[in-house]
Amino acid sequence: MTFLNKSRFHHPQLAPNALGLTRRDYEGAISTLCAGCGHDSISAAIIQACFELDLPPHRIAKLSGIGCSSKTPTYFLGAAHGFNSVHGRMPSVLTGANLANRDLVYLGVSGDGDSASIGLGQFAHSIRRGVNMTYIVENNGVYGLTKGQFSATSDKGSKAKKGTINTDEPIDMVAMALQLGATFVGRSFSGDKAQLVPLIKAALRHPGAAFIDCISPCVAFNNHEGSTKSFDFVRAHNEAVNRLDVILGRDHIEAEYEPGTAIEVTQHDGTVLRLRKLAEEHDPTDRVSAMNHLQERKAAGEIVTGLIFVDPEPEELHDHLGTIAGPLNALGDADLCPGAAALEKVNAALR
Amino acid sequence: MALTATNDFVVKFANVNGSGSASANQLFAKSILRMGIPIASRNIFPSNIQGLPTWFEVRVSGAGHLGRRGGVDLMVAMNPQTWDRDVAEIEPGGYLFYDSTRPIPQSRFRQDITVIGVPLTAMCNEAYDDPRQRQLFKNIIYVGALSALLDMDPEAPAQLIREQFRAKEKLIQPNLDALKMGRDWAMANLSCPLGLTLARMDAVGDRIFTDGNSAAALGAVYGGATVCAWYPITPSTSLAEGYERYARKFRTNPDGTKRYAIVQAEDELASIGMVIGAGWNGARAFTATSGPGISLMGEFVGLAYFAEIPAVIFDVQRAGPSTGMPTRTQQSDVLAAAYASHGDTKHVVLLPEDPHECFIMGADAFDLADRLQTPIFVLLDLDIGMNDWLCEPFHWDDARRMDRGKVMTAEELEEGKTFGRYLDVDGDGIPFRTWPGTHPTKGSFFTRGTSRDRYARYTEEGAAYVDNMQRLLRKFDTAKQIVPRPVETHAKQPTPLGVIFYGSTSAAMREALEALEADGIHLDALRVRAFPFHDDVLDFVRRHERVFLVEQNRDAQLRTLVVNEGEIDPSRIVPVLHYDGTPITARFIRAAIADRASATNVIPLSRMGAAE
Ligand SMILES: Cc1ncc(C[n+]2csc(CCOP(=O)(O)OP(=O)(O)O)c2C)c(N)n1
Ligand code: SF4
Ligand SMILES: [Mg+2]
Repeated sequence: MTFLNKSRFHHPQLAPNALGLTRRDYEGAISTLCAGCGHDSISAAIIQACFELDLPPHRIAKLSGIGCSSKTPTYFLGAAHGFNSVHGRMPSVLTGANLANRDLVYLGVSGDGDSASIGLGQFAHSIRRGVNMTYIVENNGVYGLTKGQFSATSDKGSKAKKGTINTDEPIDMVAMALQLGATFVGRSFSGDKAQLVPLIKAALRHPGAAFIDCISPCVAFNNHEGSTKSFDFVRAHNEAVNRLDVILGRDHIEAEYEPGTAIEVTQHDGTVLRLRKLAEEHDPTDRVSAMNHLQERKAAGEIVTGLIFVDPEPEELHDHLGTIAGPLNALGDADLCPGAAALEKVNAALR
Repeated sequence: MALTATNDFVVKFANVNGSGSASANQLFAKSILRMGIPIASRNIFPSNIQGLPTWFEVRVSGAGHLGRRGGVDLMVAMNPQTWDRDVAEIEPGGYLFYDSTRPIPQSRFRQDITVIGVPLTAMCNEAYDDPRQRQLFKNIIYVGALSALLDMDPEAPAQLIREQFRAKEKLIQPNLDALKMGRDWAMANLSCPLGLTLARMDAVGDRIFTDGNSAAALGAVYGGATVCAWYPITPSTSLAEGYERYARKFRTNPDGTKRYAIVQAEDELASIGMVIGAGWNGARAFTATSGPGISLMGEFVGLAYFAEIPAVIFDVQRAGPSTGMPTRTQQSDVLAAAYASHGDTKHVVLLPEDPHECFIMGADAFDLADRLQTPIFVLLDLDIGMNDWLCEPFHWDDARRMDRGKVMTAEELEEGKTFGRYLDVDGDGIPFRTWPGTHPTKGSFFTRGTSRDRYARYTEEGAAYVDNMQRLLRKFDTAKQIVPRPVETHAKQPTPLGVIFYGSTSAAMREALEALEADGIHLDALRVRAFPFHDDVLDFVRRHERVFLVEQNRDAQLRTLVVNEGEIDPSRIVPVLHYDGTPITARFIRAAIADRASATNVIPLSRMGAAE
């Protein structure tokens, strides 16, 4: 399920998208992660989402921190520039990149250690600044790369492979993202591609800070009995709040649902997010409702997944800064340098 | 005996912070400049804010000496909290100017100074009803009184007031009146002038009076920086604020949108992270910080070095280690900058001497960063950064264009030009890069802090790693040729002695060299302007039997760098170190060098005299 097939013979399934690109054009190098690692499934979902959205791969910038999860950008979108930065600091690097050129699509990939432990501050501040990005945390509750220590998202009472019980409270990054003002918040499971792919698509189309917490079991260190991030545990406790269909502006919208059972949210670029409701009391466009639902279901021992909150008209960092509409990195000497005459005036004022 | 001097004395103002004294003191200082007389001014503001003391020191120097002199000839004591130490600081024969409204016991004065009392508070209370006005105009009144006492041309401050309030004309007359009130009172009640006088001359020329932080910020605007990410820390804060001010003025479109972006980050890690992200993505980006920030940025600086990403870091140095003396000056981040981060790393460091050079290097740093694809440190210090200096005016050549370095374009990729991100195509150690989003199928690569081959493919193979590390050394060698060269000045006669200095030490050094020459101690002098050292630096050391290296830190950091990088016998370089947090003075350098030089083969003073 997680192995990325790289054989080069043409398969009838390789139908091109609107750009004339096949799914293969969105792939990257062969994964070196453990066979069965949840992270590989997320890479496959990213590939699928970008392909289905007809995104030109080279117009995506993929950034990450350090960890098994943060290695994955090598394994998708080979035609895109990637940046594997330092542990826990992807958000600042992504923010800077976004400042330089607002015209690219920014995809940040991180781990739970990377974002909830060492990088909690950068996670929080990039969200509250409203950086236009899709920020995916591949959450396995452990440090995979350093061989299985508990991370800050490990549930209290969860058991390590060697038997230790985690006694610290977990950080719920979804709850934090909601509190910090993320304008798109989702949670999913690497084992649920049908849920994950549309969620990533909607996030990539969201013109603001989009955060996805994706539970992604570590088969090497955290997939055993007693772990709350194992495939079996997550399958058993995962409660989806909705089923999402992403309908691009060009697509024909058909009403195929019972009135009242679904809501449609039109994002800024015309993309329609159709949410078939599974949880009665949850309104995904109401932050308070989303927070309440999350806490209630958490208290009941459930892991809430789906599109938990979306603001269809978000503001982003560039709106706050008042920067020009185009990329700053495209400005030339005439736009940037005030010139000798202006400098003479500066001199005169300093005498 | 009361001191007498014309255009050569030090006035120090002791004020309470927030009392509006800063603009009055500025008015005093600039009035002297308008009389064509060079000055050097310094703010002294302790980090401990009890009693809110601040001091402002003006050295009047017809001879043009811009370093701190040391000692105070006239103290303007406006802060009762610091009275005793202020009075104690006055040179024997000096003058004390104070507000005589409330009587001060005789015991708190000194016998060997001249005391000048002006009832400033009483005058203000009589003239103004509004307490805020009383406060503000009190400052202008003392400037007026001082103008009479020092024989200042009254037209100089009057004209400055008219210029300053051009946009708020209502304020001109009241300020002029306050100035006149002080002046008239002094003329009528005191014997004016004192032994210290100002006499109009023509020694300022077209020089400007500004601080290094603003100048570096202006350099960043001229150098094309579009992204600034920073976290507040004294003494660097006014650099980021200066960038904001100049960028708003010069880079705002008619519709209000901005051709720049400034983010106040959550810490220095995020600041440098944003700078690196922006640099990677083709924008010119910088941060401004001080020592503690440099320490925090360590890991990221190594990434930028190894992954070869342009970045500019302005470090306005203060006294360390740790929080040290955060409002005092030092040159103590030299090693921290030059060798920042873990593993084998070396960085380009620029060392401006004054605001004029802060502007030049502030702009050049961005060309260097792009050409060399690496972090560039610009080391200011509190003395240059936060004080106004008299310096050469800024110049710009309109024909100049940004040098973006080796960036491969979509067209070049399309033509089939070979792209290897870490491939040294022409021997200078600098590879081509591409910006994200350049071409649909060609030129993309993965940037990482892990080892990779010439085509940016991850590898842990030893040979590929060594190949890359060697190329980085080649690149550093290239840097040596393009960073600012050292500036040498020769002694009036051949000498086996040399002196090396850098940064804010320059002004004091120049003055000390003149004095030492008069003492018969001749030194060739070399001002180092950058690391890596140009061959001229090591050559200078080899050409002299003994070289003094004057710097403002405890551990002789630049000396360590010279010894280490040039493989020089340490005994040949004598450290002259000043690190108490105050700016170095010519008196200090002169004494330190004279002391040590007399032990070597200088012509003895008596023989000098005989030869004349
Ligand atoms: C400054 C620093 N400290 C520690 C490490 C070691 N380290 C590498 S990855 C990692 C944890 C990664 O955990 P997570 O982000 O959850 O990624 P996973 O491997 O689980 O996907 C640690 C501690 C490092 N690279 N840098
Ligand atoms: S150690 Fe865990 S997280 Fe890392 S690759 Fe293996 S399964 Fe995935
Ligand atoms: Mg993890």
